[in-house]
Amino acid sequence: MRHIISVLVENKFGVLARIAGLFSGRGYNIESLSVNATENEDISIMTIVTRGDDHIIEQIIKQLRKLVNTIKVRDVTQVDHIERELALLKVHATQRTRPDILSIIETFRGKVVDITKESLVVEITGDQNKLNAIINVLEPYGIIEIIKSGTIAIARGNKSTTDFTKQDIKSQEE
Amino acid sequence: MSKTGAEILVECLKKHNVDLIFGYPGGVLLHIYDRLFDSDILHVLPRHEQGGIHAADGYARSTGKVGVCFGTSGPGATNLVTGIATAYLDSVPLVVFTGQVSTNLIGGDAFQEADIVGITRPIVKHSYLVKDVEDLAPTIAEAFHLAKTGRPGPVLVDLPKDVIAAKSKNLCSTDIKLVGYNPTYEGHPMQIKKMLKMLENAKAPVVLIGGGVKWSNAHEELKKFVETLNLPVVSSLMGIGAFPNPHKNWVGWAGMHGNYASNKTLTEADFILAIGTRFSDRTTGRLDAYAPKAKKAQIDIDPTSIDKNVKVDIPIVGDCKTVLNQILNYIKDFNWDKCKNDREDWLKKIEYWNNERPFSYKFSDKIIKPQFVVEKIYEVTNGDAIITTEVGQNQMWAAQFYKFKDPRQFITSGGLGTMGYGFPAAIGAKLGNPNKEVFDIAGDGSFLMNMQELCTAVQYRVGVKVAILNNKFLGMIRQWQHLFYNKRYSYSCLECQPDFVKLADAYGCVGFQVVNPSDVEPVLRESLKIKDKPVLFDFLVDREENVYPMVPAGAALNEMIYGEK
Repeated sequence: MRHIISVLVENKFGVLARIAGLFSGRGYNIESLSVNATENEDISIMTIVTRGDDHIIEQIIKQLRKLVNTIKVRDVTQVDHIERELALLKVHATQRTRPDILSIIETFRGKVVDITKESLVVEITGDQNKLNAIINVLEPYGIIEIIKSGTIAIARGNKSTTDFTKQDIKSQEE
Repeated sequence: MSKTGAEILVECLKKHNVDLIFGYPGGVLLHIYDRLFDSDILHVLPRHEQGGIHAADGYARSTGKVGVCFGTSGPGATNLVTGIATAYLDSVPLVVFTGQVSTNLIGGDAFQEADIVGITRPIVKHSYLVKDVEDLAPTIAEAFHLAKTGRPGPVLVDLPKDVIAAKSKNLCSTDIKLVGYNPTYEGHPMQIKKMLKMLENAKAPVVLIGGGVKWSNAHEELKKFVETLNLPVVSSLMGIGAFPNPHKNWVGWAGMHGNYASNKTLTEADFILAIGTRFSDRTTGRLDAYAPKAKKAQIDIDPTSIDKNVKVDIPIVGDCKTVLNQILNYIKDFNWDKCKNDREDWLKKIEYWNNERPFSYKFSDKIIKPQFVVEKIYEVTNGDAIITTEVGQNQMWAAQFYKFKDPRQFITSGGLGTMGYGFPAAIGAKLGNPNKEVFDIAGDGSFLMNMQELCTAVQYRVGVKVAILNNKFLGMIRQWQHLFYNKRYSYSCLECQPDFVKLADAYGCVGFQVVNPSDVEPVLRESLKIKDKPVLFDFLVDREENVYPMVPAGAALNEMIYGEK
């Protein structure tokens, strides 16, 4: 099963290496990993996409929690959530094929961000299925390069993963 | 007032009650060593960093305090790696300080530069590279806090030379800001009650204990709990000593070379309460046949230890001592007469198994049996000695034939299985317990791995005893080659070895070679008179003696093989 795990970490020396090392050292796989600062500069959030049976996912979550710099771990796939990926696609496009390609891009609500005589660059966001779909359709025209961000995800509803953090820090400081 | 990093460090060590350091100086540590020169903290100079860290580890295991060691940058730090991993696998609280090249040189492949934080990342509880002297004091406070709380473990603090030389007004503090670190000590009351309900209805229950009981100082609570409910106790190798042997509720220790009754008890039990043990493969044997009839509850402070190898029915995250105290409070709310008769039958059954196949060997008056040596060490020390071991047959015979009554008495590298551990660990244990006899039960192979520490022991007048069970083999390797590789003893024979008596003499220790079984006891007794220097025994033992019983790798606990009776 595919799981998206949000990990709130202290923004400290070597924390990315600790997390990446945990996955490689224990034989877990990482499908994608994205790291960003949060509104609090001392704290970063990592979104990790991984695969494994329930037993492995449970161990992954426990092992992540065990790291001293980890503040909070959440399996986003357990709750109602929204996930997105950003892709930049460089597609072969001549004068003859350009109109067709542009209409495909419009259908997928993509954006053209660069154009040359023989190519164009599309910016597109969506979940994995949508991105795969447009890639499939554009393939026959010749895709020169695909760059994708990892998946990021957020839970629906009022609660924020980072909100919990602030409370946690507060109670520690008090 | 501002002080240099080196001054702050030494003052912080005092503040954290450090009275003993094992360290080896080097270029980048000179500022610190200059401060240590005037300090009243005892600094012991090992002859190899690995010896230093194992000694700190032995000190920590035998006293329960945090062990502290120093190594310089580069090779000094990498020589500590095996010791860090040894401590990590057995949850030993250590704070390991390493020197590092100046911050402006880091990353430039400077002389004696090694990324020790990177190298040790998977084998530490946590680690720090201190880049600013302002962070030094808080980092030291955090390091000691992390090493000894929760599930203990080694913490590494890497100290660049310029940071140690720089000045700061941020002196010793105990201010700890660890946002994400908050180990759970108290068990969930509902879970504990659910466990007791299950135990109440169990007809064949057993308590399985591990090293966690020792680290949490829970042995007295454990004893009270076990005696109140009259439950049989089985231990892992790491749990040996956490429950007294002999005792009417003591069954033995389980696993690859554990006793028949323990392995049988786990296989036949209908309920296992595991306390501070992580179900390692050496303890469980083949997992799909492990304790097939038993419901299981597990108490552990480390949530990752629960459900990792063996799926349990009732997980209880918490500190062994705290949870046992909670249990003792709830006991009266349950009806313990319900299955009383069944349990009495169960205990009789276990007693029968224990009598059926106790640990045994065939005595000889012609050649020394290694087990006989361990038995005699037990006798002459009245069972009071601290025993460290190397790894292999010596370790298993020590565990089988010495009876341990105290939780800090049996010191062995169980998780990592580090050869060369026992002798330096014995030095650390003796320095921490000067009034106790300390014996390293050793193999000839293991001893040679860290024998340079004889020099350390002589210099600091450490009266440890090293009993080499000399079979001129890597005994356990030879045993596996004997049993599973058709006696093809590939590179396990150590026929070329030093004259250990002359070696002892060269270092300024006392050496004895013992060939006749009848000389074992008199020589041991004689040696007890020597207090201020190490004694090295070269016991020439039966070369092809095997350790039995044995659960072969990949077999189930009830598929033991036995030697001839």
